[in-house]
Amino acid sequence: MERNELLGVIKEEQEKNGYVSEGAMADVAEGFGVTVGEVYGVTTFYSFLSTKPLGRHVIRICKSVPCFLQNGEGLAASIEKEIGIGPGETTADGRFTFEQTNCIGACDQAPAMLLDDVVYGNLTPGKIKEILQSCD
Amino acid sequence: MIRDLEDKTVPEKRILLNKADEIDPGDIQSYEAQGGFSALKKALDMSAEAVTEEVKASGLRGRGGAGFPCGVKWELAMKSPGDTKYLICNADEGEVGTFKDRYILQHNPFSLLEGMAITAYAIGAGKAYIYLRAEYRYLLEGLQKAISQCEEKGFLKDLKIEIREGAGAYICGEESALMNSIEGKRGESRFRPPFPPQSGLFEKPTIINNVETLANVPPIMEKGSAWYAAMGTEQSKGTKLFCVSGDVEKPGVYEMELGSSLRELVENLAGAKDIGWVQVGGSTGAIIPSGRLETTLSYETVLGSGAVMVFNQSRDVIDFVYRTMEFLNEESCGKCTPCREGTEVMVEVLGRLVSGEGVSGDIEVLQELSETMKVSSLCGLGQTAPIPVLDSLKYFRENYENRISQSVLLRSLKAING
Repeated sequence: MERNELLGVIKEEQEKNGYVSEGAMADVAEGFGVTVGEVYGVTTFYSFLSTKPLGRHVIRICKSVPCFLQNGEGLAASIEKEIGIGPGETTADGRFTFEQTNCIGACDQAPAMLLDDVVYGNLTPGKIKEILQSCD
Repeated sequence: MIRDLEDKTVPEKRILLNKADEIDPGDIQSYEAQGGFSALKKALDMSAEAVTEEVKASGLRGRGGAGFPCGVKWELAMKSPGDTKYLICNADEGEVGTFKDRYILQHNPFSLLEGMAITAYAIGAGKAYIYLRAEYRYLLEGLQKAISQCEEKGFLKDLKIEIREGAGAYICGEESALMNSIEGKRGESRFRPPFPPQSGLFEKPTIINNVETLANVPPIMEKGSAWYAAMGTEQSKGTKLFCVSGDVEKPGVYEMELGSSLRELVENLAGAKDIGWVQVGGSTGAIIPSGRLETTLSYETVLGSGAVMVFNQSRDVIDFVYRTMEFLNEESCGKCTPCREGTEVMVEVLGRLVSGEGVSGDIEVLQELSETMKVSSLCGLGQTAPIPVLDSLKYFRENYENRISQSVLLRSLKAING
């Protein structure tokens, strides 16, 4: 495999298993003929890659200025209330991981969040409740 | 998939968004029906030099924020020795408050692809990458489909376009960090020179342009550089997509001729009221207080990525600068010390001002650090991170001074009350 495919391979691992384990990093390193440190360095550089298991659904609520101006913080609080965990945590049943993220480019529909790969905009606490309840 | 996206575009001068409503992003024929790909046909009948000359004469400059003259950049790549050259489309739209490239990718991906085909022909690139930010994964399928349709129609005979996805890193919108990311590495900025047109991706001559920049190429080729250069100001030709967000009635993408007034955009088009200040250009953009709304939007004045964030009079400017610095600190790649440590200390100082724990000398610390970061940071992030700090000190110095004296008073009271 060519060196430039490293990030893509790590991303595939993330998608397949929900995170990039130490074992996976070692395997990838061997496959590419690079050090484990290098693979770890790439993995931990990017915020969408995780070295810890993530939930089935990843909530990424935007905390950047345009969303903050439209009560983004209040919505983060309502997510906490709804699923009982704070930012950076995963529910015990493995259903949700909750993260706060930087600008997702949906400022025209602030406050907004990404739920897995889908954008939800113009959020309200009621809407969040409805969206989260529809997740398996 | 976008939920709850209302089309609120009310552009005043539609070039890029012209006929956008009539184009089905999933059907190339709808784009051809509007004259799509006639610019490419025209370009292919010209020499590569003539195409570059046309773009150079149009005065088109980079729309991602840095504003480098597009044709000049192409010429450098065209003249660089070697057979292998790359074209990169920067679709890593991470600048806070910016969503115009998303709009092009969503509503008219063909205009981007046609622009890429023309650019690749001009510089002699056989391979192109679109670096799409991970946050825009929902656009991936549509974009891939658009590429396939272009291939089937034979518009990409000499060009292979590959989409590379980011993995969540603001800094990868910076060109050298982006190239590192495509190479599968950490997205850290590179020292320059050499510049990408000489040695970029895989150490080959590379042209990297923003989505909006590339989408400007077909209309320039179709209608000519003279037509394009007639719009705008002395050093800012054509139109620009502006992304208005924050305290406005109608947030959205607006296309205006460069040189238009900020007031017209935020008040007349987006419906802002009781403005306290506006930040133009993204997180490291300039702050324009309400008394200066006549400021024009151009490369000579303020522009950046085209992000226009509006803050009403109830907002706290120090809190805003603190949040902005928190963002920059988090997204600093960490490679160079002035940016890595500078943003860290700024967060600390601004944080204590926000929480009422400021000390005298804080303003001076911010100023001194700003100067150091501006001159000694490796890339644009660290060099421009101090702008909101310095601008807010310029226009709202009293707020800072009051905050410090309040902090001192609060501490004295606490000491008295034990």
